[in-house]
Amino acid sequence: MDYTPSELMIVNASRALRGSRVVFVGVGLPNIACNLARRDHTPSIELVYESGVFGAQPARLPLSIGDPTLVSRASSVTSISDLFMLYLQGGLVDVALLGGAQIDKYGNLNSTLIGDYAHPKIRLPGSGGACEIAINAKRFLVIMRLKRRAFVENLDFLTSPGHLDGGNAREKMGYPGAGPQLVITDRALFNFDNDDHEMTLIEVAAGETADSIRADVSWPLRVADHLKVMEGPTAVESAIIREQLDPDGLYR
Amino acid sequence: MKFIKSCPQFIEKVLNVLKFTIKKYVYMEAIQDIMATNNNKIITMKEAVEQYVHDGDSVAIEGFTAFISFAAAHEIIRQKRQELTLIRMTPDLIYDQMVAAGCAKKMVFSYLGNPGVGSLYAIRRAVEKGIPKPLEVEEYSHFGMVGRYIAGGSKLPFFPLQSYKGTDLPKANPLIKTVKNPYGDGEIAVVPPINPDVAFLHAQRADAQGNVQIWGLLGMQKEVAFASKKVVVIVEEIVDEEIIRRDPNRTLIPSIVVDAVVVEPYGAHPSYVQGYYDRDNAFYLDWGKRSRDLEATEAWLDEWVYSVADRKAYLAKLGKERIDSLDAGEMMAEAVNYGRYE
Repeated sequence: MDYTPSELMIVNASRALRGSRVVFVGVGLPNIACNLARRDHTPSIELVYESGVFGAQPARLPLSIGDPTLVSRASSVTSISDLFMLYLQGGLVDVALLGGAQIDKYGNLNSTLIGDYAHPKIRLPGSGGACEIAINAKRFLVIMRLKRRAFVENLDFLTSPGHLDGGNAREKMGYPGAGPQLVITDRALFNFDNDDHEMTLIEVAAGETADSIRADVSWPLRVADHLKVMEGPTAVESAIIREQLDPDGLYR
Repeated sequence: MKFIKSCPQFIEKVLNVLKFTIKKYVYMEAIQDIMATNNNKIITMKEAVEQYVHDGDSVAIEGFTAFISFAAAHEIIRQKRQELTLIRMTPDLIYDQMVAAGCAKKMVFSYLGNPGVGSLYAIRRAVEKGIPKPLEVEEYSHFGMVGRYIAGGSKLPFFPLQSYKGTDLPKANPLIKTVKNPYGDGEIAVVPPINPDVAFLHAQRADAQGNVQIWGLLGMQKEVAFASKKVVVIVEEIVDEEIIRRDPNRTLIPSIVVDAVVVEPYGAHPSYVQGYYDRDNAFYLDWGKRSRDLEATEAWLDEWVYSVADRKAYLAKLGKERIDSLDAGEMMAEAVNYGRYE
């Protein structure tokens, strides 16, 4: 097996972005995944960063979403107010990538804190733009590592709405976007393609089984009838990641 | 001529009045010139903090990853301001350092992280354990903070946005409310205006009166300038008014809303200024390790803030090699023609 769990997440995210036009990019793995998609199969992809950049063509891997390399060569750089009002809430974002410390079975995300709000055990970054991205992007993908303490029955805090309590809850709430479509982890992929919009295991990494995944999910997990085994990175994908996007192996 | 000859005294009188009028006009112009020069708002950072930051004030040192005035933060720490309400979308290392130094009683924010690295440990210590003192938090999403600045600058009672419904954020922050849509069905979330007592905003350049030009990540610099009661701009360089007037589209903040101008090259380090220097990512990564430890954090403040007199001394300590390593390189934009229209 000549790839790392992080690389597996990156290529799965990149593949899920095939054919996408306007993608809202976050830091870390999502950043590499989006840049991989642009270089590998969808050159017309427009990378949007909440720092106000539209159509970025970063010449180096940006550590933060506010890196100056995102500005140089971009098609437009706007104020943050324009970015959130006209681009995101205006409905131009096709797909976004989000993460979190906790996720529940409807894809709701917590990035605010662990514990009680008044007395947090661990204070996390909070929403940033995640709350409005989850509401306004036409759809979003979740990227996070599979751990029992992250895949929880009840979130400590709901920062960014997924399918809320399932079914057509998003529609009732009047959200413009369709919510989470795919959860990409280091060991498995999940979608929400059922009437309840409940997270369902659809693919596992080599060496994993439905049971090994179930063991790290805190609720009784739905499993697809035909479970697929994930394909590792192709030679082209590996080369782009290792030689161009992350030569120093920061995210390996 | 006859008439003139016959009334020499009258003519002289008329001429004198004319002379006086002309002199007065020339004199007034000269005064205006002097007043324009006196409209020079350049002061030092030390003076800016002495004059514009008081204990208990609400302070916004904005800049989204770029243009963050660490020079202002360090001077506020050195002058030992207390009980401040710190306002920023992304508190970043700058507020981590100010909270570690005990300057803050409250923070208004939307993303509490070391961008691209991880946690802000000094702020976490304050929130989770009350070290060095408890920190009150008032949190929004990014768009919520955006809305607050816009409402603050444009004197709106609130700003509506499609965020928050169905989330726990309004429970955590009762200032996030909902109103009924007066034109249709349903409700929409609203946030209140914010008007910081003082803002510190870094940029590439300004003239002496404070007409400020910025390019790169514009962030919320413009909206914050209009929303704040007092505005101090910090620039890499001062340029002639003529340079500003030749490219008015790039003037994001007009002098009418600026109270003081501080010239502080590299004043944003370890943040960056587009085209002038790069972000010092190594510093951000290093802070991610150092700030986990209370003593290491305090030792850093001693060495790099309390023991240096000002930004010049900080840069001298940082050293030429480190500064040179942050070279931005060069990629010039094409010049554009505004036309003369005379």
